[in-house]
Amino acid sequence: MDIQTTAQIINFLAAMVLLTAFGMLVQRRIYGLIHLFAWQGLFLSVSTAIVGYAAGRHHLYISSVLTLALKVILLPYILNALIHKLKIRKEIETVVNVPLTMLIGIALVIFSYSLTAPVREMSTLVTRSILAIALATVMIGLLMMITRRHAVTQIIGFLAMENGLFFAATSATYGMPLVVELGVAIDVLIAAFIFGIFFFHINTTFDSLDVEQMARLKEGE
Amino acid sequence: MKFLPLLMEIMQLLLLLAAAPLFAGWVKMVKCWSQGRTSPSLLQPYRDIAKLFSKDVVLAENASWIFRFTPYIVFGATLLAGGIIPILSVDLPLSATADVIALVALFAIARFFTALAGMDIGTAFGGMGSSREMTIASLAEPAMLMAVFTMSLASKSTSLSHIAQTISQSDIHMALRPSLAFAFLAFVMIAIAETGRIPVDNPETHLELTMIHEAMILEYSGRHLALIEWAGMMKLFLFMSLGAAAFFPWGIAGAGNMAAIPLALIYLIIKFTFAGVVLVLIETGLAKMRLFRVTEFLGAAFLLATLGMLAHFILE
Amino acid sequence: MPLLILLVVPLFAAVVLAFVGDRKYAPEINITGSAATFLAGIALALDVYNNGPMLAGNKFFFVDAFNVYLAVLTSFVSMTTAIFSRRYMRREREHGRVGHWGMRFYHAMFQLFIFAMLLCLLTNNVGVLWIAMELATLSTVLLVSLYRTPTAIEAAWKYFILCGVGIAQALFGTVLLYFAAEKVLGEGGEALLWTNLIQSSGKLEPTILSLAFVFLMVGYGTKVGLVPLHNWLPDAHSEGPTPISAVLSGLLLNVALYALVRCKAIVDGSTHTHYAGNIMMGFGIISILVAAFSLLRQKDIKRMFSYSSIEHMGIATFAFGLGGPIATYGALLHMLVHSLAKSSIFFTVGHASQMHRTQDMDKIKGLIRGNPLVGWGMMFGAMAIVGMPPFGIFTSEFLILTATIKDAPLMTPFLLLGLAIAFAAVFKKVQPMVAGEIPSYQKSMKVAHLPVLLHMAIVLAVGLYMPVFLNQWFHKAVQILK
Repeated sequence: MDIQTTAQIINFLAAMVLLTAFGMLVQRRIYGLIHLFAWQGLFLSVSTAIVGYAAGRHHLYISSVLTLALKVILLPYILNALIHKLKIRKEIETVVNVPLTMLIGIALVIFSYSLTAPVREMSTLVTRSILAIALATVMIGLLMMITRRHAVTQIIGFLAMENGLFFAATSATYGMPLVVELGVAIDVLIAAFIFGIFFFHINTTFDSLDVEQMARLKEGE
Repeated sequence: MKFLPLLMEIMQLLLLLAAAPLFAGWVKMVKCWSQGRTSPSLLQPYRDIAKLFSKDVVLAENASWIFRFTPYIVFGATLLAGGIIPILSVDLPLSATADVIALVALFAIARFFTALAGMDIGTAFGGMGSSREMTIASLAEPAMLMAVFTMSLASKSTSLSHIAQTISQSDIHMALRPSLAFAFLAFVMIAIAETGRIPVDNPETHLELTMIHEAMILEYSGRHLALIEWAGMMKLFLFMSLGAAAFFPWGIAGAGNMAAIPLALIYLIIKFTFAGVVLVLIETGLAKMRLFRVTEFLGAAFLLATLGMLAHFILE
Repeated sequence: MPLLILLVVPLFAAVVLAFVGDRKYAPEINITGSAATFLAGIALALDVYNNGPMLAGNKFFFVDAFNVYLAVLTSFVSMTTAIFSRRYMRREREHGRVGHWGMRFYHAMFQLFIFAMLLCLLTNNVGVLWIAMELATLSTVLLVSLYRTPTAIEAAWKYFILCGVGIAQALFGTVLLYFAAEKVLGEGGEALLWTNLIQSSGKLEPTILSLAFVFLMVGYGTKVGLVPLHNWLPDAHSEGPTPISAVLSGLLLNVALYALVRCKAIVDGSTHTHYAGNIMMGFGIISILVAAFSLLRQKDIKRMFSYSSIEHMGIATFAFGLGGPIATYGALLHMLVHSLAKSSIFFTVGHASQMHRTQDMDKIKGLIRGNPLVGWGMMFGAMAIVGMPPFGIFTSEFLILTATIKDAPLMTPFLLLGLAIAFAAVFKKVQPMVAGEIPSYQKSMKVAHLPVLLHMAIVLAVGLYMPVFLNQWFHKAVQILK
């Protein structure tokens, strides 16, 4: 494979990552969200492996396998098990104003693009344009956390954000040092452990995972 | 004007007129097979049209000229659209003067008059169908234009002939372009909505709660209905050709290359056979969605088309 | 060697405490571990004081005057907090607010938290800095929700989500930093080492670093609790157990600010402008003003002092942003004295709210008569925190104010306004609590004297007389951050 073809494939995968991010933004079913999240992880993992191959940085293979294990298998499995146990597998969330959310999402992509424009011009890497997509994925994850009111959805938004960051770290810069990537992975794992505990706490305390009910802490009370 | 392109144009229009019912028959046939039913003959649509032509026209008392003219306008606009899309060859005189935006406008004219005619009689169904049709159109058209713009960005032209030529001459890198992939997905969704297929509309039922297109033309009969039905088949055919020309243009004959026409015809048959199967697969795989979900469906198409455009700028 | 002990002891203690659980002697182990950490910190500080900055562990750790003083401060406050929490947590256990598992969890996570903060301070790798910061957040999230009340869970969730979002921005900033550094320093771990980055900061691409700093500022700024990223802080600091409030307010904010200042040094080296400083000054001054006005409206005692933390972090951020030797010296001193004064206030607040079984300021009364140490401790703590002479905070704020008048005179009125309002607000609220008769529902109880006295003594001492070694330390740190 010549370098241009690989760059093309990576770009294609980047577009798919962005697409799954948008999919998550508007997906109502929690079950479907977890699926989309797993797909995003898969695209990420494949793209990381291809970058590693193209750039000859073999430690990216480890990152790729790590992503595959963590984001495609383990986290979706944990989330699935949790929603099964909490009996919210079929739950459908009301998503307010899908078209507006989509438009904001598109605006965020444009914003990320213009924000990273100087970096694009500096860089000589074939994957330099990925940075804009990665930032957009982070921003869309953020948007998802703001617009959604369900604890599980917020967590998936959080993890999607993490995906965007990981994408920036592996594809845009040919990989951070391994110690950093491992550390980030461990942090995500601990976070997974914590939100798992949280789901149960919230569910038993508030009888629902709707975080809208958490509005007791207000100013001046 | 040179003689050859003109000949090509006429050939293409004749092909459109002749092959559109055939394709409609093919889709119906595959659908019947997929559901384990005995299918009508491939030629059944021709017989239907012929039968309708031989029947008398029954006009409502308060039908105005709009109602009477609409079938001709719809038929004419659709036929004209067939002159723009490179079905067999890119060497079309009409294609040089009218680009893909004109194509969208031609379909819009046809739809506009159908909707007017639906309201003209003053029956409840007609008005309801028109209102639904316009709701869908108001969402589908911007999405369509977005998809079209994405395609034209990739080939730097809005002329369909030029797009087809550029893409057919490109290499594998073109095929991997995310912008084109997104535009294609968006196009498929829009095409389903525009041609009134499941999951947006069901062309086979007259169930009042769900029908859209059928509601508008409920009052037509005789040759009027024949023209509208025929135009509907042509529209389906044209959307398939548009998809083929913009995304899979391999095999379409180049400029002045008369000898490539038979080959182009063979390619066309293969593509359409395949397209019919895919269409049926989509239709059987999905359930008809509720009307208010259609807006989201088309919103998603718009999003995809826009993402395609953004991907073009960001990634290519 | 002291470095290794400093990091291993809390980690080891965390594991031990996880096994010891709710046994009677768990708090004593907690104290022993923290004391050992503190001793190691002192040893490390002496080492650095005598021999200058050092790199260790294959350049993985870097210790200079700036971070060693924070490391000593961290280990010291965690030791006193451990002493304080012995009685405090035992009483919470008796009141039934914390269960068997809660206690096990509390002790183990307390030590893990100390470890995360120390790792954050001592590492030389900007990426590991981020990881340790995230670890510090994660280890305290479940401590905030320890009481399992709806408000506690809400606060912890907010803390988890908002800090998670914030810290993600910081990681993006770090990626950008690496992106720029990789071209100059080559791939691999070397390009993320702070010592390397600062050395070759002149060669780094200024455009990318300016962009990176925005993300780092938002990310670490969330953890510092700067307005408008502060929403989580008053909740998290007020709903958790008081020892946790003390270390969150007194230590974690400092560590986050430390991370930000380290990053600023690199960005400054690259851009050669006051760009990063200006951003920090903006965030700082807004934090001071908003927090000062919010102070006026508080009813919950811990929330009020959390807002006070935001205000003081704003002051320190503003001073670091201002730059220059005097302001930086002031900021360093401010971090030290604020940390000591604030944790000591939280100790007294903890006792006061246990005595009254409420955190509502309207119901807390007659503290001086009820328990002189708690009453006077809170009174002097409040005097110190609002910047009355002769306490150390007066010195640091005075230095910062002087530098502001000199370098950014236009900011002076805003700074003064913020300080004045905070002064009025804190006094207005604290005075009724300490004075007056003992209310009927107040219960007398035994309190931990040592932590409060020790902290207040140091804050007072620093205000009266600056020890030579401390002075030299700060001068060295100022040199590093020049």
